Amino acid sequence: MQRVVILGGGVGGTLVANLLVRKLRRQIDRHEATVTIIDDTGEHVYQPGFMYIAMGGERAENLSRPERSLLDTRVILEVARVSRIDEAEGRVELEDGSHVGYDQLVIATGSRIVPEEIEHFDTEAHHFYSPVAALKLREALDAFTGGKVVIGIAGMPYKCPPAPLEVAFLIESELRERGLREKSEMHYCSPIGRAFTIESVSEMATPILEDRGIQLHTFFNVESIDPARKVVESLEGEEMPYDLLILVPPHRGAKVVIDSGLAPASGWLPTDHHTLQVGGRPNVYALGDATDLPLSKAGSTAHFEAPIVAERIAAAVQGREPEGKHASYTGKVMCFFEVGDGKGTLLQFDYNNPPKPPTPNRFWHLGKIVFNKTYWHTVPRGRV
Amino acid sequence: MQTVTTPITRTVDARGSYCPGPLMELIRSIREGQVGDVIAVQSSDAGSKLDIPKWVEKAGHRLVALETREGYDEIIVEKLR
Repeated sequence: MQRVVILGGGVGGTLVANLLVRKLRRQIDRHEATVTIIDDTGEHVYQPGFMYIAMGGERAENLSRPERSLLDTRVILEVARVSRIDEAEGRVELEDGSHVGYDQLVIATGSRIVPEEIEHFDTEAHHFYSPVAALKLREALDAFTGGKVVIGIAGMPYKCPPAPLEVAFLIESELRERGLREKSEMHYCSPIGRAFTIESVSEMATPILEDRGIQLHTFFNVESIDPARKVVESLEGEEMPYDLLILVPPHRGAKVVIDSGLAPASGWLPTDHHTLQVGGRPNVYALGDATDLPLSKAGSTAHFEAPIVAERIAAAVQGREPEGKHASYTGKVMCFFEVGDGKGTLLQFDYNNPPKPPTPNRFWHLGKIVFNKTYWHTVPRGRV
Repeated sequence: MQTVTTPITRTVDARGSYCPGPLMELIRSIREGQVGDVIAVQSSDAGSKLDIPKWVEKAGHRLVALETREGYDEIIVEKLR
């Protein structure tokens, strides 16, 4: 019996499970293999939609569905919290004291936000990395009557790298529509020496920032927030006064992988760029936000990694070499990028080929909207 | 840049990491370190030898040396504040 255990029912975990049971149909029917997902909540959440709670009238209830409803009937779902991965015993321990043995382990535990690492973040800064926070940001925007809007990044890496730029463009667009733009200043604070990590995307975004009058401040690594003076301070020694502060919170990998000794304090699992195996272990894989790969932390990354994990595990179970186009990961990622005014563009890249974003247009904005609406029927089920 | 004689407090091996990984590793070391610490960052990303000195200048630290070795650059920075 080969037991495949997947930790996490997000994009990566769900897709790996659904792809695997198709590849292992014969072994599962003969009771020679099982595929089990262990998920904390049993709810699958479409996180890219959070931004639209703040910016586009989206509702939290539309962004969550029962994980079971997305899974092939052959996948076993256990709703439980994992307290430890015990590599020596080849099992994961659950918080209720029970354990689940594995022969192949997939870690798709994502990332978590840790705003508490910056004092006063919770009371002073808005963000859009949870439905509650995104709704609070929406309310703050509704109440905003003009002033200094500061958008920044309080730690790298973080989920969905284009999101803070998108939010800057969308807010600028909204303030113009509401007749508040003249009464407002907009500042975008980037931790690195340009607007975006990938140079070609930076080259596309910087003229749009200039065109929209959004001031770009580079090498601004958020260090502290002074609520009395309404100022955000950088490690580099700069101060930025704000009336409305929007910061991407710091992110970390799952606590369980740190506590189990698989990842350093950051929580990002040391993952092979091509096989997606963790730290040279032949039977432990990671995908999605959980890895330390130099790629976007985004559902899209997990989406394109999942077929490789599924193929490699299926090959191991079936005693063959991984084969076909999914034998090895090329770093493929594809995601939409909103620039406001109903326009968007597309970022498509891999390890060796940086993106060449097309001139923003309405088509790619609509593409993102359609993708968000049809997600439930496509990505987790392996249909695209 | 002269050959370094300053004792190095900590070496950060960021080889194989892509921009902005090496810069972020340096920033983490600067945050964790003490004033006077000398940090050597090893990076195989060609962008680091441009980005890191710019950041060091803006952040008010001292670029001690920038040396090109086989397949990577070593950028040595002293934490001044």
